[in-house]
Amino acid sequence: MTTPRYCFPHKHLLGIEPLSPQDITALLDQAEAFEEVCERPDIKIVPALRKRMVVNLFFENSTRTRNSFEIAEKRLSAEIINFDADTSSLSKGETLIDTALNLEAMHPDLIVMRHSAPGAHALLARHMKASIINAGDGAHEHPTQALLDAYTLRQRFGRLEGLKIAIVGDIRHSRVVRSNLWLLTKMGAKVTLVGPPTLLPTELKDTWPMVDISYDLDAVIPDMDAIMMLRAQFERGTGQFIPGQGEYIRYYQINADRIKRAKKDVAIMHPGPMNRGFEITSEVADGPNNVILEQVTNGVPVRMAVLYLLSNPHGEQVP
Amino acid sequence: MSEAHAPCLLDPQQMDAYLLRVAREIAAAFGHDENLVLIGIRSRGLPLAERLGAKLGTLLGREVPIGILDITLYRDDLTEMAGSPIVRPTEIPFRLKGKTVVLVDDVLFTGRTIRAALDALQDLGRPKRVWLAVLVDRGGRELPIQADFIGLKLEVPLNQRVSVRVVEIDKVDGVFLEGRN
Repeated sequence: MTTPRYCFPHKHLLGIEPLSPQDITALLDQAEAFEEVCERPDIKIVPALRKRMVVNLFFENSTRTRNSFEIAEKRLSAEIINFDADTSSLSKGETLIDTALNLEAMHPDLIVMRHSAPGAHALLARHMKASIINAGDGAHEHPTQALLDAYTLRQRFGRLEGLKIAIVGDIRHSRVVRSNLWLLTKMGAKVTLVGPPTLLPTELKDTWPMVDISYDLDAVIPDMDAIMMLRAQFERGTGQFIPGQGEYIRYYQINADRIKRAKKDVAIMHPGPMNRGFEITSEVADGPNNVILEQVTNGVPVRMAVLYLLSNPHGEQVP
Repeated sequence: MSEAHAPCLLDPQQMDAYLLRVAREIAAAFGHDENLVLIGIRSRGLPLAERLGAKLGTLLGREVPIGILDITLYRDDLTEMAGSPIVRPTEIPFRLKGKTVVLVDDVLFTGRTIRAALDALQDLGRPKRVWLAVLVDRGGRELPIQADFIGLKLEVPLNQRVSVRVVEIDKVDGVFLEGRN
């Protein structure tokens, strides 16, 4: 009589690529239950991860992702260990595997890691019993960002399927874009990548042939339900790929004039931190179409959902 | 019925009659209490709370607010489960402070679900009192928890399972006795 209960079948969250549409829907549905916890008037804490140890292992700087994870862990009653590359033995030359083995000796249940090398998370997953959550790896994936973007879109439009979404700007250096491409295409959204040819590698079409590529933001705008602006990553060398900031602004900045030609309820997104006055103007960033702070707020319940679904030993499905 | 191998303890009419009796007992105890609310425990406590709410509405001539509680995150065996069960939202559309809460669940067995529900409620606010209504008390308690309003009271051997089915979830109403495996 009882139907088999769905169990999240993955031990790690290394990226969006391995997830099925059902897994993604389960994560987003689960985040809704945690949003209720986050909106409680008094006690925004549940005991779901009591007795669980979470290690936050950040080899690259991050303020919002790390804080968001830490809030999520606290709201789930986890024990938290913060481990910064600056203060750890890594700066003394310890290898990643040695660091992993030392961590393993503390018996953590979950490890949230940001690392600049795309394979670092899979490497750690092979050497440790803990579940590994990718909090960003180089220009490869940033799965929780894509999940919170999807959650924000679903909150706004009630669905992902059939939504027309432009991802605009520094596609080349963005890990957010890869996770979003996996997620949005798996869920049936129609994605258009927009940017200057130098920042828009056409090889992406090899992996995602269903995605449109455009160099003309003005032509794309009127049709879009959501426009996801990416941060120009000057620290990763974006400046070398564009002739000048003025030209980039003229063709690819989202500003009030461009918003006028967009759908009235278009959602303007940005993963942060923003370069105000470059890829986005303050009028737009603070304007009625922006959902940028919703994205930040939604990061917490989405990360709670990820931590919770990975927190129980992965095994056979139980009835 | 098609469930020939699962003995039927209550058919749909009997189930409704027992629910009406529970509703009458709640009305007798708290009918005068303006702060009376029902909170159904997911999954099957919710449709039962809705039915009790409808009956109380008729009996009392006023609407009794209904909330939904998901106790998954408060289970004492959560960390021992293989795979995390999906949690659905708790929806309490009123402030709990000062309320007379009647928790509603389908079957009272070990008492562990109710223990979890009391913990969950405590995080949501401080009601004036919390009482418990169940359709079936099947015995077998592992904690000092008892129901205040009981439809059907039984002593069922531990190797058997009392299964309450509701049309909202199971497409059929009724209470069945199933072998455990």
